[in-house]
Amino acid sequence: MAIKLPVYFDNHATTQVDPRVVDAMLPYFTDKFGNAASRNHEFGWKAEEAVENGRGQIAKLINATPKEIVFTSGATESTNLAIKGVAEMYREKGNHIITQVTEHKATLDTCKRLEKYGYEVTYLPVEKDGRISLDDLRRAITPKTILISIMYANNEIGVLQPIAEIGKIAKEKGVFFHVDAVQAVGKIPVDVQRDGIDLMSISGHKIYGPKGVGALYVRRKNPRVQLAAIIDGGGHERGMRSGTLNVPGIVGLGKACELCQNEMAAESEKMSRLRDRLKESIMSRLDETYINGSTTHRLPNNINISFAYVEGESLLMGINDVAVSSGSACTSATLEPSYVLKALGVGEDLAHTSIRFGLGRFNTQEEVDYVADRVVETVSRLRELSPLYEMAKEGVDISKMKWVAASDSH
Amino acid sequence: MAYSDKVVDHYNNPRNVGSLDKKDPNVGTGLVGAPECGDVMKLQMKVNPDTRVIEEAKFKTFGCGSAIASSSLATEWVKGKTVEEALAIKNTDIVRELSLPPVKIHCSVLAEDAIKAALGDWKKKQGDAEAKPAESATSAH
Repeated sequence: MAIKLPVYFDNHATTQVDPRVVDAMLPYFTDKFGNAASRNHEFGWKAEEAVENGRGQIAKLINATPKEIVFTSGATESTNLAIKGVAEMYREKGNHIITQVTEHKATLDTCKRLEKYGYEVTYLPVEKDGRISLDDLRRAITPKTILISIMYANNEIGVLQPIAEIGKIAKEKGVFFHVDAVQAVGKIPVDVQRDGIDLMSISGHKIYGPKGVGALYVRRKNPRVQLAAIIDGGGHERGMRSGTLNVPGIVGLGKACELCQNEMAAESEKMSRLRDRLKESIMSRLDETYINGSTTHRLPNNINISFAYVEGESLLMGINDVAVSSGSACTSATLEPSYVLKALGVGEDLAHTSIRFGLGRFNTQEEVDYVADRVVETVSRLRELSPLYEMAKEGVDISKMKWVAASDSH
Repeated sequence: MAYSDKVVDHYNNPRNVGSLDKKDPNVGTGLVGAPECGDVMKLQMKVNPDTRVIEEAKFKTFGCGSAIASSSLATEWVKGKTVEEALAIKNTDIVRELSLPPVKIHCSVLAEDAIKAALGDWKKKQGDAEAKPAESATSAH
């Protein structure tokens, strides 16, 4: 069976838009192109109808009500709105926010900005499996805490946080609970009532929807959450997010959610099976490979593996017909290795050797087998080139070696 | 990240991969970099002690495509050169040859350092070797 190259195994970065989603969106570019806020004619009414339909589809997926869905340009904006919106609105009540070290930059950088404005932020550490400790969380809460923000599933290592337990603690202490659910929605059942979530960020392009659209769930009852808008001008979305709605994008996001709702159970089972097959095929044929993060609390489609003695970018170069990503410094714009892996306590040398595989709806078993073969072949070849592998095989304890910095050798 | 054709070529067909005998008095070994930085290069050269010409060179590298290419190129360039000529190789020559982007310049610096480290090691071994004949010369008198 001929597989189409290159193979895409980087579904945590983005996903292909499902053709059914594209079909749903198209009429809203050409026929039903009205502005959803145009109250006085059919173009506007049709657009508004589509938007409300989309709201309903998203709400249904997460067990919320349509009024609790606010549309944004994407999850980064949703997260900014949630954190900054609560911070500004509840300033009188307190100025303390709790989050954790492996959050997405949308959360971390927003918190850093708030620190500049005089807010206090606690960044909870994670254990070796990538999860926070509930005791650490309890101890961190003070009378001035106004928000806890913890992601459902991590984008690099796929690890799931104990969201329902955190929700309980937040409720107990009367603190709002925001969840970045970008990687979890549509892949595993997310229920804002069951999990005690008050605010939740959702992204279109991670669930086979279009880029440039996302949503923020904002709880209206028990408790009611109010937000200060971060974008002004027109008062759309109940004053929470001004700006003409991206109607085709919203239609796409809604359709993507509906498809996930219908297909999630079967799809996550298929994802797990393919992911486990990939893992088995690679790790059974190579020594010194390590999985980063919890193997039990993990997304069904994710695996993050470190291949000792082989640097990540050179590995990606060798499997250049496979799209994946690496925690290596060489692959980042800043030349710093993955902060997520660092937070797990993965040594920097192993962080440089990590590869993240994110399977998706359109991946097949043939692709999994092909990728596994390419990875094994490339790792083996690069280990022949690796002075570290050579030293390890000779019995040298690399961790005890004193490395000469380049400038010292003159 | 767009790699130059030369970098891709060195990556797919690395020249002179392997190891020389560290204990050979005519072999200089340079090991530079650090695993935590994601770059480690081992460069070895066998030098003819009489002509001071580098007769053999081998490398092993843990690092990205540019690091592998830089060290592979280094082994190609030093072969047939004298020690002095090899020590004159600058990282900027490597950058130019491989069309390395700014973010990868440090790989070429490491390769230059590896050359110097290997030849430094060789010189040190020669220094020890020169000391011994002098001793035996005095003791023979």
